[in-house]
Amino acid sequence: MSSIGVKGVYVTPVQNGTALDHLNPGTSLKVLEVLKIKNARIGVAMNVESKKMGLKDIVFIEGVELSPEETEKIAFIGKGGTLNLIKNSVVVKKQELNYPQIASGIFKCLNPCCITNKELLETKFHIVSTSPLKAKCHYCEARMDENEITASIK
Amino acid sequence: MGDAFDKEFPLTDIVSISDFSRSSIEFVLQQADLMEKTPREKKLGLLKGKVVASLFFEPSTRTRLSFETAAHNLGASVVGFADAATSSTKKGETLSDTIRMVSGYADLIVLRHFIEGAAKRAAEISHCNVINAGDGSNQHPTQTLLDLYTIQKEFGKIDGLSICFLGDLKYGRTVHGLAYALAMFKKIKLYLVAPEVLKMPKAIVEEVGDRIEIVQGEKLEEFLPELDVLYSTRIQKERFLDLLEYERVKSVYVLDKKLLESTKESFRIMHPLPRIDEIHPELDATNAALYFKQAANGIPVREALLDILSRRGKA
Repeated sequence: MSSIGVKGVYVTPVQNGTALDHLNPGTSLKVLEVLKIKNARIGVAMNVESKKMGLKDIVFIEGVELSPEETEKIAFIGKGGTLNLIKNSVVVKKQELNYPQIASGIFKCLNPCCITNKELLETKFHIVSTSPLKAKCHYCEARMDENEITASIK
Repeated sequence: MGDAFDKEFPLTDIVSISDFSRSSIEFVLQQADLMEKTPREKKLGLLKGKVVASLFFEPSTRTRLSFETAAHNLGASVVGFADAATSSTKKGETLSDTIRMVSGYADLIVLRHFIEGAAKRAAEISHCNVINAGDGSNQHPTQTLLDLYTIQKEFGKIDGLSICFLGDLKYGRTVHGLAYALAMFKKIKLYLVAPEVLKMPKAIVEEVGDRIEIVQGEKLEEFLPELDVLYSTRIQKERFLDLLEYERVKSVYVLDKKLLESTKESFRIMHPLPRIDEIHPELDATNAALYFKQAANGIPVREALLDILSRRGKA
């Protein structure tokens, strides 16, 4: 059985799908917002106790397996969190959410004069620092910090 | 040029000074020196039969004329435009489409565009080599290379110099590019002198500050005796939303002959031009005035870049 969850938190467990665990408290709704998942049974636990983190959020998504692109995208909100792939109520894969070295099509460039905001062109950023998070636009070389990145996720 | 060429100059496009290493910068400076020493009639065959497309979507005097002169000096034909209003951009054509089309006509594209990242995009989709002649406020790498060439030629070295950037350090792309380039050299002391509202962006100071010594201030006088190079910049009126703010800072730093009283004999003044009133014309005839030689150095540097890329090819 899936061992994700916290004592005293009542969320229907995932039988086949995804559980995002150890998300920073308060980030679960933003995770769901950027994933734009429709027609799936979703459970959210916010600000629950965690031995590792003090407080954490958890998101359960029934019947959905995240693509590598979606996994990269939510890493910018939930870095350090754990993605659990569940099949027949068993966790078959655990993966820590980490930033990619290059983020393609994940967030918009903050610079209004950047070519990615002028023509139909996928954005591309080089992650130049992970702590603190800093990214550099491949095209206009604008630098963006963590707050700017999180606010610009498409 | 063989293997040494591939190793010392791996770039197929000139987009950003950040793409360069110290050795690839030095390779360009050596080639520029060779170009300057080579008589024009011996250079005329270097780009014979080649077509250089000069696409200037934004006004330019020095950069466009020096690129086109450099191309003519090497025997190339030049096509293009100096005003986007005379191109299909006026009909709504995207830059990407223009580049795809022109790269079928030309062997090399020189591009100036007001959109930042335009040159990077052009380099990605063009079948021929692309040189960035300025993309908005972002990069102007050939200006950076000619600035370095000017310093190298005047002082015989770049390492160990004390250089001051003065004026608009916030919006001036020339000083941003030059700061990154100088950070590749050794024992540079970089003074950044600007009004509070026009200070060098913090991100750049942090990035280059790990590699070279940086001193920031608002008063130039106290640093003058230590300087080898004073790199003055124009305060750009078009950048100010508040014109009152512009009036407050526009003439904060005006260089005149009095300045030379406290400087070294070897002290030199550079400026990317055009100047407004930041350098008094009385300095033009002094040994310190390096800015017109600097503009002239655009020719050998751009000749070198055109030659290197035409030999390099795109593959």
